[in-house]
Amino acid sequence: MPRKWRTSAKTILPPLIPFVVLTLTGEWIVRAGIVPSYLLPTPTAVFRAIIDNRAELTRAMLKTSGSAFAGFALSTIIGIGIAVLLSSSRWVQRAFYPYAVFFQTVPIIAIAPLLVIWFGYGMRTVVASAFVVSIFPVIANTLNGILSTDPALRDLFRLYDASQLDTLIKLRFPAALPQILTGLRISSGLAVIGAIVGEFIGGDGIGSVIDVARTQQRVDKVFAAVLMASLLGLLLFGLINLVSTLTLRRWHASEQQP
Amino acid sequence: MELQCGPAVKSVALQLESVRKTFSNCVVIGDLNLQIDAGEFLAILGPSGCGKSTLLRMIANLAEPDTGRIDADPAAHRTAFVFQDAHLLPWRTVLDNVVLPLELARKNKAESHASAQAILEQVGLGDSASRYPNELSGGMRMRVSLARALVTEPSLLLLDEPFAALDEITRFHLEVRLRDLWQRLGMTVIFVTHSISEAAFLANRALVMTRRGGQIKLDRRIDLPAVRDNGLRSGAALGGEIAILLAAMEEE
Repeated sequence: MPRKWRTSAKTILPPLIPFVVLTLTGEWIVRAGIVPSYLLPTPTAVFRAIIDNRAELTRAMLKTSGSAFAGFALSTIIGIGIAVLLSSSRWVQRAFYPYAVFFQTVPIIAIAPLLVIWFGYGMRTVVASAFVVSIFPVIANTLNGILSTDPALRDLFRLYDASQLDTLIKLRFPAALPQILTGLRISSGLAVIGAIVGEFIGGDGIGSVIDVARTQQRVDKVFAAVLMASLLGLLLFGLINLVSTLTLRRWHASEQQP
Repeated sequence: MELQCGPAVKSVALQLESVRKTFSNCVVIGDLNLQIDAGEFLAILGPSGCGKSTLLRMIANLAEPDTGRIDADPAAHRTAFVFQDAHLLPWRTVLDNVVLPLELARKNKAESHASAQAILEQVGLGDSASRYPNELSGGMRMRVSLARALVTEPSLLLLDEPFAALDEITRFHLEVRLRDLWQRLGMTVIFVTHSISEAAFLANRALVMTRRGGQIKLDRRIDLPAVRDNGLRSGAALGGEIAILLAAMEEE
């Protein structure tokens, strides 16, 4: 086997094995009557549900992607901005960081109805929901990254009379980049969850497909929609990984082959 | 600090007057008086934790003395600092690391790159300009750090145990190179170290600090030829100097 094939087999095969095993097991325990099909659909039924409802699922998927992406983008921009402000002084940090933690502890399902009151039914509520649940990891990781900049390098910038802005752009921000990307990886998944929770209440998208299918006892369709949502999460996650590889590959241990 | 906009001066003289520094009731530097001539190569020798690094940071204006004053003549001069580890920016290439001080001073870009490349040639890394720090050995990284310090043509070069983490052969090479650069460029050098042989080999004047209280134990002119190469290391002259410094260290 050519070496290229062998390495791609090495990366694709391991996650494929549990997938095949789980799928076959699922199919078997339902067909054998161990678990009734109104609780757990067979993988083939889920697959059929995807094919049968492809138009509706595609439309819902596009809607949810749009909202999740928008919420995630807002989290990234505002989260990094807040972290930069918090890092400016110990005092600011002590005064405001506890309130940033609010985003982490807020039960999104409890405030989602409130978001509907504020933003009405539709995309704005869904984006707000995705934003609220996904901003904290960006703030926490960016702040941590900025604050843990090597003190000797900070001295070096001071010695050369670097401006605050130069120090931020040329030292603190690139030094924090690996941790910022860690925050974004966590946030990307949360943004999808936030969007779907928002859709449960604010209508539209995968969230509403799940909600409607649930009330109709269409477990196969619920699973089909959940699968779509997971795919969306994976897509966002993959995007962050791509950015991470492109920016860190030359200098950070996390992106280098051992 | 007006380090970047001062006129180009080759070297700077320093006057320390009853400088005192304490950290949480512990005297790190105690009423220190010291005159450093322009163009001098001074080694500050002492056990770990005796306040050598603190002294260096105060001279660099990175820390304030509690009392006393540090005057530089001329007041407007350029200071460069070399740390114990290379402390390069890992996301920048070797050349971009060396350019950094000029970039922060908003110097012309093309000229900055030319001077950075020239100084890299001087430290023997002319062909590594486009590599990244993690692709270099420890000794090469330290040479990049040295080039970054020298690129502003400093009149005062401060080094805080720069070669402590390197293997002996690499250290020997870098010591010879540093001494040679000093002779050609003529800046004032203050070199902090805990290695007796390093202090004796490099410096024209060596200070031995006390273990506690931050006082000067011995202030000695090193009586060795101006040009120093590795041949000197096995000679009796260096051995004699080492013996004198060692005796002062051991009295502690």
